[in-house]
Amino acid sequence: MQKAKENIMHVVFLVSACISVIAVITICVFLFINGIPAIGEIGVFDFLLGKSWKPLENQFGIFPMIVGSLYVTAGAILTGVPIGLLCAVYMAKFCPKKLYKILKPAIELMAGIPSIVYGFFGLMVIVPFMQDCTGTGKSMLTASVLLGVMILPTIIGVAESAIRAVPESYYEGSLALGATSERSVFFATLPAAKTGIMSGVILGIGRAVGETMAVVMVCGNQSILPERITSGVRTLTANIVLEMGYAADLHRDALIATAVVLFVFILLMNTLFSVLKSRSKN
Amino acid sequence: MEITEKKAVFSMSDTESVKAVNFRTWQQKLREYKHQPLSLFLKLLMLLAILLSAGMLVLLIGSILIKGIPSLIAYFPSIFSWTYTSENVSMTPAIVNTVIMTILSLLISVPIGIFAAIYLAEYAKRGSRLVKIIRITAETLSGIPSIVYGLFGYLLFVIALGLGYSLISGVVTLSIMILPLIIRTTEEALLSVPDSYREGSFGLGAGRLRTVFKVVLPSAVPGILAGVILAIGRIVGESAALIFTAGTYAAVPDGLTDSARTLSVHMYALLSEGLYTEQAYAAAVVLLVLVIGINALSGFAAKKLLRSGN
Repeated sequence: MQKAKENIMHVVFLVSACISVIAVITICVFLFINGIPAIGEIGVFDFLLGKSWKPLENQFGIFPMIVGSLYVTAGAILTGVPIGLLCAVYMAKFCPKKLYKILKPAIELMAGIPSIVYGFFGLMVIVPFMQDCTGTGKSMLTASVLLGVMILPTIIGVAESAIRAVPESYYEGSLALGATSERSVFFATLPAAKTGIMSGVILGIGRAVGETMAVVMVCGNQSILPERITSGVRTLTANIVLEMGYAADLHRDALIATAVVLFVFILLMNTLFSVLKSRSKN
Repeated sequence: MEITEKKAVFSMSDTESVKAVNFRTWQQKLREYKHQPLSLFLKLLMLLAILLSAGMLVLLIGSILIKGIPSLIAYFPSIFSWTYTSENVSMTPAIVNTVIMTILSLLISVPIGIFAAIYLAEYAKRGSRLVKIIRITAETLSGIPSIVYGLFGYLLFVIALGLGYSLISGVVTLSIMILPLIIRTTEEALLSVPDSYREGSFGLGAGRLRTVFKVVLPSAVPGILAGVILAIGRIVGESAALIFTAGTYAAVPDGLTDSARTLSVHMYALLSEGLYTEQAYAAAVVLLVLVIGINALSGFAAKKLLRSGN
C-alpha cells in the first residue's frame, strides 16, 4: 500500500516536471503551424526584408519593425547597462548596510511594477518632457529611455550577484598593491565578473525585445524605417498588440509570423544566456 | 592614555580592529581623493547612477500618486461602483476579476510547480538528461515575452479549443507563464533545507514521500511562499498575455467561459480609448499600491526563510 502510494506520487511528480517541456513544445508547434505558412505565402524575403507594412494592400514587410525593435533595444542597453552596472558595483561593494536595506527592496519593487504602469508613466511624464526637449514626444529615444529604466532591475540583480561571486582576494590583492578601493573594484573585481555581467545584459536584451505594453505607449508606432533618433518607430511586439484585435486572414497570420520571428530571436538569446551561464560556472 | 587606547583596540574582535585602523574621517578621504581623480570620478559616477535609478522610481511612484490620488478622490465612490458603464468606468469588476484570475491561476500552477520542483530537487538523479531538458525548457518559458504567451493562448485556447475570449483561456495561459517562477523558487527553497533533516527522517524509518511532505516541504514554506507572492505580482501586473485570451469585457463573469478584464487590462483599455486619463491614473494608484504591498509581503516571507535557515 505504502509502496504503491510512493510509486504513484513519483509518477505525479515526474509528470508535473514534464509539463514545462510539454508547454514549450506546444507553444512552438502552435506558433510555427500558424506562422510559417504565412511566411511562405508572403515570401521569406518579402516578409523579413520588405520595407512596407500595408495590410490593406497585402504588403507585409516587417523590416521596419525588426529595425525598430533592434534600435529601441540597443538604446535601452546604452542607457540601462552603464547605469545598472554602476549601481550594481555600488550596491555590491560600497553601499553602507543601512542604505542597502532601502536600495535592495527598491530595486526589487522596480522589477515588480507592471509594464502597463511604466507605459503610463512614460506617456504622462517622459513623453511631454521629450516633447519639450527634442520636439517629438513619442519617439525611439523616449522608448529607449523608458526601456532602459525597465531593464535596470534585471541588470542590477544579475550584475550584483556576479560581482559578489568574485573572490574577495582579487580586491584585497589590488588594495595591497596600493590601488584605491575604487580602482581595485573597477579594474580587478569587475573584469573577473565579466561573464556574469554579460549574461545579465543578455537577459536585459531579452526583456527589452519582448516588452510590449510600455513600448506601445511611447514609441509612436509608425511602421516606417526611422530616420532620426527622434523619429517614431514600431517594434515587433507593438505591431502585434496594435493590430491583432481586428486582423483577419493573411493579416492575422502575418502577425503570428511576427511573433514567430520574435520567438526565434528570444530562443537565440536564451541559448546565448545559458551558454554564458554555464561558462561562468566553470 | 595612549596605552589604554591600544588595549581597547586589541581587545576588539578582528574585523573591528581592522575597521578601526582603516577608519578615516571624510576630510581625510577628500584629501586622498585629490591625488586620485579617477577614483573620485568613479565614486561620483556610481553615486550619480544610484541617484538616477532611485530618482526614477521616486518620480514614477510620486507622479502617479500625486495625480492619481486626487482623481481617485474626485471620482469616489462611483469609480468603485459594482457595474461598469461608459459614463462611469468603474474599476471594481476589474479588481474582482484580478482576484479571481489570480486565485485560479495559482490553483493550477502552484501544485504543478511545487510537484515539479520536488521531482527536480528530491527525486531526480543529478545530471540526468531529463532534468537537463526540464531545466532548459523552464528557462525558455521564463524568457518568452508575455505577448507571445498571449498569441499562443489565443491560438490554442481561444481558437483551436473554441473557448473564445474567456476567463479560463486567460487563467491557463497565465498558469503556464508563472510556472517557471514557481518551479525555480520552490526548488531553491527545497535545496536550502539541510540534508540532515532528510537523513533524520529516513533514520526514523519514514519513506521518501513522507519525508518530503512532513519534513522537507514544511521547512521550505517561507521560500515557496515568497515565490508564490512574486507570481501573484506577475499575474496582477500582466496585460499583454491577457488582452487576446481573457479579452477586455468589463464585468464580473458568470462562468469560466466569459470574458473578463483584470485591472492591468482595464488600465490599457482606458488608455487606448483615450478618454479616461484621470480614471487611468486612479487605476494606476490602486495597481501600484497592490504591487507595493505584494512586494513587501514577498520580502517579509523571504526574510523569514533566512531567519529559519540560520
